Amino acid sequence: MAAKSKRGLIKIDAELCKGCYLCESVCPLNLISISERLNQKGYHPAVYIEEDIGIKEHKCKGCALCAIVCPDIAIEVYRE
Amino acid sequence: MLLRGSHVYAEAAVRAGCRFYFGYPITPQNELTEYMANALASLPDGVFIQAESELAAINMVIGVSMAGKRAMTSSSSPGISLKQEGISFLSAMELPAVIINTMRGGPGLGNIAASQGDYFQATRGGGHGDYRTIVLAPGSGQEMADLTRAAFEYADRYRIPVIILGDGMMSQMMEPVEFPDPIDPKSLPPKPWVLDGAKDRPSRIIKSLILDTSAMEEHNWKLFRKYEMIEKEISQVELFLTDDARLVVIAYGTASRIARGAIKRVREMGLKVGLMSPKTLWPFPKRYLLEMSRVVTDFLVFEMSTGQMLEDVKLSLEGRRRIHFYGRPGGIISTPDEIAKVINNIYFKEGLETEV
Amino acid sequence: MKKVFGKPKCLKDAVFHYCPGCGHSIIHRLVAEVIDELSIQEKVIGVPPAGCAVLAYDYFDIDIGESPHGRGAAVATGLKRALPDRIVFTYQGDGDIAAIGTAETIHAANRGENITVIFVNNGVYGMTGGQMAPTTIIGQITTTTPGGRNEKRDGAPIDLSEMLALTTGTVYIERTAVDTPKNIIRTKKAIKKAFRVQMAGLGFSLVEVLSACPTNLKLSPVQANEWIGSTMTTYFPLKVIKDKVGKLGALPHLE
Repeated sequence: MAAKSKRGLIKIDAELCKGCYLCESVCPLNLISISERLNQKGYHPAVYIEEDIGIKEHKCKGCALCAIVCPDIAIEVYRE
Repeated sequence: MLLRGSHVYAEAAVRAGCRFYFGYPITPQNELTEYMANALASLPDGVFIQAESELAAINMVIGVSMAGKRAMTSSSSPGISLKQEGISFLSAMELPAVIINTMRGGPGLGNIAASQGDYFQATRGGGHGDYRTIVLAPGSGQEMADLTRAAFEYADRYRIPVIILGDGMMSQMMEPVEFPDPIDPKSLPPKPWVLDGAKDRPSRIIKSLILDTSAMEEHNWKLFRKYEMIEKEISQVELFLTDDARLVVIAYGTASRIARGAIKRVREMGLKVGLMSPKTLWPFPKRYLLEMSRVVTDFLVFEMSTGQMLEDVKLSLEGRRRIHFYGRPGGIISTPDEIAKVINNIYFKEGLETEV
Repeated sequence: MKKVFGKPKCLKDAVFHYCPGCGHSIIHRLVAEVIDELSIQEKVIGVPPAGCAVLAYDYFDIDIGESPHGRGAAVATGLKRALPDRIVFTYQGDGDIAAIGTAETIHAANRGENITVIFVNNGVYGMTGGQMAPTTIIGQITTTTPGGRNEKRDGAPIDLSEMLALTTGTVYIERTAVDTPKNIIRTKKAIKKAFRVQMAGLGFSLVEVLSACPTNLKLSPVQANEWIGSTMTTYFPLKVIKDKVGKLGALPHLE
């Protein structure tokens, strides 16, 4: 798990996402939501809010819970 | 060496470099399994498992074959039925294997007497799907040794399961046999398709699931082309007194031995009768039969069944010649005298005694 | 920033065909991560089942040999006996291992075959469209138990792992789940231990993983995972079912 002081970020590959939203259900900081647009498979992919609206000061700690539950390995996690 | 038939199979398999045997007890071929248990236990690289079922045994063969090693299983009719799932998979995945069927009376549990009721099952694939297996039919102890060696060679050469079709009588009979020199499995050429871990090469897949219909069709045609090649290359018969024959008996395995005795008897009476004994039941030796049918007008198919190889003879000759049939199913062993009488009746009924 | 989570090396660049929220995808990833971490990609041979996971060979970049339905343990027996220094694992569903392949599995376990079994229990036949599985729980509605599984008619769900634990040849058996991040991490640890048991030559190891099949449970992926935690685990409690590793000597230290 991430050290508490560090910051992180995630990258969601919208085309790999099948819209199961397990990631959304586990994010402790509610930083994942569901896109209104459809991906090529026809799913509404999950989106990482901070990146989507361009927040520089991330709350995301890179705890990777979202990536751990993601069945489709659609999420990459980065940490400082 | 003087050995009983089931031991001949086993000894020949070990000498062919087979170090993996999996089997389940069933009469009348337990001596084969027992011999393998003993032989493989005394070899450092030998693996013998008494499997929990025929299904498990044939699937263990699949695993060893995937790893590129020579493997064998054996059973008798009801057990061979159980193995058909695995034989279909072996065929689909193009895996070599040797399967010995010591046929007994059937259908169902039947009995344990010698019979030839599994010809259709063996030569028509036996399991589901569009495939064939090579089927070899020894008629003597020596042929059991030679064809077991050949079975392993064919299996590897064509990447195909090979079935040896014998019966309880041949498996129990003791005959002198000369074995070929043993093969060290390590000396066998490496197979470029095996699963042994993807070290210094791309990973490999051995599978039978081909969901794409075009790819599945192509795979079926690929198998078909292989079967065509096998038909050209390996069909084999043994001929006995056919040069001047006016009537030729067609029989394999134990039936061919009985027929041979009958022919010796009728020859003494001056009847010109010969024997054609197929050694490969699939591919059926059609071209030998066709060639013979240029001069021979009458054929007698003799089987220990109600007539299965008979269909292949009919398909080969396409109505051009007279085909007679005599068969005793259920484990009845006809005597040479009985067959001699049958030959005699046909010979005179068709007027074969008159010179052309 | 440093990447701390991505695709394991021994998975190909293929997109999983599994339905949204399917546990198979997670379990595939965990197996792949373990293969990477143990550096055994060049030594491992996988045996997938008939069922949804038959297509595992499209995803794993390792040698794979397909097994007829239920016969994984027998095929793996042949592979492992022929190549004792390779790592052989089967990947089987509940129908594959606990119905049609029960005999092969029990006897391979009883012989103590030195193989590893990944047993994915989702309580339903997935690929064929949601029929009753041997592990379907009482009252669970499937396409062949429209009124719910009835113990009198259909029997109770079978606990294969407990049965296998009774055989002397089994060394390590654990039941885990992939319904929560915590359980996923635990599952990975169990899979790693199971492989290490084999690498140490100790004998038969098996990890049963409770896994969601949202499509056939007719639940959302989130609800399906909740169902595992609230309902399925009452029949199939998560626990180490058998662990003889300590008695046989500790596993070698990992670098």
